[in-house]
Amino acid sequence: MSELPKAIESWFSARGWSIHPHQRAMLARAGAPCTLLIAPTGGGKTMAGFLPTLAELTNGPHDGLHTLYISPLKALAADIKRNLRTPVEEIGLPIRIDDRTGDTPASRKRRQRADPPHILLTTPESLALLTSYEDAARTFKGLKRVVVDEIHALAESKRGDRLMLALARLQTLCPDLRRVGLSATVDDPQAIASYLACHPDPCDIVLADPGPAPDIRMLETREAPPWAGGGAAYAIPAVMEQIRAHRTTLIFHNTRAQAEIFFHNLWLANEGALPIGIHHGALDRVQRERVEGAMVRGELRAVVCTGSLDLGIDWGDVDLVIQIGAPKNVKRLVQRIGRANHRYNAPSKALLVPANRFEVVECHAALEAVREHDLDGDPREPGPRDVLCQHILIAACAGPFDADDLYAEMTRAGAYAALSRAAFDACLDFCATGGYALKAYDQWQRLLQRPDGTWQLRDPRAASRIRMNLGTIQDADLIKVRLKRSRGGKPLGEVEEAFAATLTRGDTFLIGGQTVRYEGLREMTVEVTRNPGRKPKIAVFSGTKFATSTQLSARILKMFNEDSWPSLPRHTAEWLELQREVSELPRAGHLLIESFPQEAREHICIYGFAGRNAQQTLGLLLTKRMEELGLDPLGFVSTDYATLIWGLQEVTDPAPLFDPKALRDGLEGWLAGNAVMKRAFRGAATIAGLIERNTPGARKNGRQATFSSDILYDTLRKYDPSHLLLDITREEALRGLVDFGRIEEMLERTRGRITLRRLQRISPLAAPLLLEVGKVPVKGAAEEKLLQQEAAALMQQSGLDKLLQ
Amino acid sequence: MTGYDFPLAGARLTAFGSGALWWAEHRLLCVSDLHLGKSERHARRGGSALPPYETQDTLTRLAELVASLQPQTVVCLGDSFDDDAASQALPDAEKSQLTALMQNRHWIWITGNHDPAPAGLGGEQMPALHLAPLTFRHIAAPLAKAEISGHYHPKARLRSTSRPCFLLDRSRLILPAFGTYTGGLRSSDPVLSSLMAADALAILTGPQALAIPMPR
Repeated sequence: MSELPKAIESWFSARGWSIHPHQRAMLARAGAPCTLLIAPTGGGKTMAGFLPTLAELTNGPHDGLHTLYISPLKALAADIKRNLRTPVEEIGLPIRIDDRTGDTPASRKRRQRADPPHILLTTPESLALLTSYEDAARTFKGLKRVVVDEIHALAESKRGDRLMLALARLQTLCPDLRRVGLSATVDDPQAIASYLACHPDPCDIVLADPGPAPDIRMLETREAPPWAGGGAAYAIPAVMEQIRAHRTTLIFHNTRAQAEIFFHNLWLANEGALPIGIHHGALDRVQRERVEGAMVRGELRAVVCTGSLDLGIDWGDVDLVIQIGAPKNVKRLVQRIGRANHRYNAPSKALLVPANRFEVVECHAALEAVREHDLDGDPREPGPRDVLCQHILIAACAGPFDADDLYAEMTRAGAYAALSRAAFDACLDFCATGGYALKAYDQWQRLLQRPDGTWQLRDPRAASRIRMNLGTIQDADLIKVRLKRSRGGKPLGEVEEAFAATLTRGDTFLIGGQTVRYEGLREMTVEVTRNPGRKPKIAVFSGTKFATSTQLSARILKMFNEDSWPSLPRHTAEWLELQREVSELPRAGHLLIESFPQEAREHICIYGFAGRNAQQTLGLLLTKRMEELGLDPLGFVSTDYATLIWGLQEVTDPAPLFDPKALRDGLEGWLAGNAVMKRAFRGAATIAGLIERNTPGARKNGRQATFSSDILYDTLRKYDPSHLLLDITREEALRGLVDFGRIEEMLERTRGRITLRRLQRISPLAAPLLLEVGKVPVKGAAEEKLLQQEAAALMQQSGLDKLLQ
Repeated sequence: MTGYDFPLAGARLTAFGSGALWWAEHRLLCVSDLHLGKSERHARRGGSALPPYETQDTLTRLAELVASLQPQTVVCLGDSFDDDAASQALPDAEKSQLTALMQNRHWIWITGNHDPAPAGLGGEQMPALHLAPLTFRHIAAPLAKAEISGHYHPKARLRSTSRPCFLLDRSRLILPAFGTYTGGLRSSDPVLSSLMAADALAILTGPQALAIPMPR
């Protein structure tokens, strides 16, 4: 199969379109068992993935499902359905196309299982559900091809791992299944290819012409960026000018809260009343769809968005991409920039807007990296075992399974190729019994072995509960926000539960670009009323916090050590010069620590450049060490570059604090009561099915879930410290939220070369940290001392100390 | 063990950071709102929710107190079990742990609103205990004097830290909940501020019992 049927060829040429070389290459390899296409955004990647399917379905009739298309985003599936239907309908091809996501009505889903379309567009979660039904073999009968879109994005998360396990399952059901992966530009194509392949079969890689280099710059503003924070409100007038000068602008933010605030400010400055929309993952589906629709019809001049628009949706005539805040990661920046100018062979145009002074430096480093095609990437870790546990439960939902067969099937997924039988058996045992400490409790006895040696669900009714709890995205718990009406008003979107918990009646916050007033919590829904004109209490629902990549951090340190900075804006260069004058700039291979008094507290600032998550962990570990050493720490705050700790005592000798062994021991001990760790545990426990977030009655509220997972965590630590889930949690913590790996890397990089500078006052580089939000209090001896002082003072002031004795 | 010492109607009492009350003169230990078996009740009522370890945790903390104080009398001030069925469904290990604690001492179950009649565990049951000059009952009676009660699970804030607390004025003392899974009612809640006199104290639990003017 290398020829395109006449009908399709002429439809293309009638529109003045030609087939790109990499699209032909994909047609030529249509019969290959596995192919990975790497093409820049806008290169007709998705069409390249579908052409072989269209050709095969045009050339002969097919009974049942032919091609399964999987995208990381619901919106992408809907978008592809629109784009595919156009040629199919206009050419008059006998091809049925349908999508299936969490938003698809149940009646249509049932129909799809009984009578599948030729092409089904779906997400990893919906696919996992499909494979969990007893009739999966019938649904997937005749399946020839599977196309995984934006595989580079999926490969970065557990969603991808689970998808690959589901593909292994499909491969057993349909041995001739051919796999195609579509990826944006990545640092290591071979890693993605091995990830996609049915192990140990090879996977070919097709590299498309990367196209011209992007035109990417920093946005020039009259006003200097502020010292700290992430809003970039100072840049609003300059951004407004850019919107006016372009057809359609996408304005990317790193977090949802920032997108909301920026959108709000943009509206206030929108004197020409230009049509501008907002789009992020926490907004209500109807609202998102409205923005998507308007975007496709070319009615919007700008969309303020987050990662929810990161992936390959065809948004028509975008001619400018603006990135607000430092990109944190060069690879993601390049992919975002690709969203502009969806015509192949035209350079995309992008502007970077640093949100604060430090980010000016980071943006510069990122620009340099883009010019040098230096993408950042971390080596892939083996597939996580909590996902494996979930997959075992899914397999059990579909019917009895043989452990040997399931093990063999799972190790055909690249990420699990090295999985040992012992590790698999431990996961199976966990699914069957809950593990040693939980053996006595019925609710965790899920599987039983039948006389013939196969495994089945102990209670078949458990299947529906397991299905309800599928899903591996464990961001903060979100709860719905609705307008208050007698019978439930219009849904506006979602906020993090922790944020909702801080609200009291009358508080105002931003959602979907409007200011609303908190009225109360009803049946796990936040009820609000419209409250135009009031200045909102800031929305802190945060979205994902990315850490600045290792490569980008190294570039920043390199820039710091140049003699002067002619390429940096004056305000930033002068700031760095001042730092060099009163203290020094952090250097690669050294660890700089500044110590100074500030507002009656002692401070130390540690410039570790290890990324936000690792700096946060460093703060937790160091304050714990300081607590042990009697240095009375009170709290700390971290950014991607540094950690600032304050307390009651001056630190004069940092060496004992940074002893790698003590830090590592501290990590083990500290894991006990730590909230970050508990959160990692909650994630793993939910994925592995130990905790159910959704029960047939109602969704369990996040605080309840947190509460019980915290107690489970403490219990397992106490009674069963080698429990599988604790093992998984430790492993996750070391690379994920806790990111201890980067602390070790920093210690390795600096090897005890620590410089402590005692200053009379705060340094220019440290000052912005004082303004950072997200300060973490340390509840230790110092806190108890202050509580006692304050209690004594209160008793004395009120005279109560004499009264009751 | 140090605690916060105070007089109530002439009795010398000590509030511990653990949330327990000690009346040294009678070697009497008083704890309130143990809510044993809460997770079990949740599971029975349809939510699989909570894992079943809180009972063990509550009992372990109680056992530590009993071991160090060697009380003659233990008063459980009501809502000791989450409901009647929970007291019957107490797992064997926990049941024997509790029985061991009750050995050789006077054990009194004050009835609460959750557990009108905890059954089959020994000890004495009564709606209220009068031991001059004090009266122990589950829910505070608005006009009572020299009264020790529980029920509300009060908590209070200091330096943006919220902790379970005792509430104390000249007429009464309200105990915090001793059970592991228990929420709380802020001292600023109208129910509590109307119950307590203007010069009431909140005694915060924690590493040390800390008295402050009751936040309203």
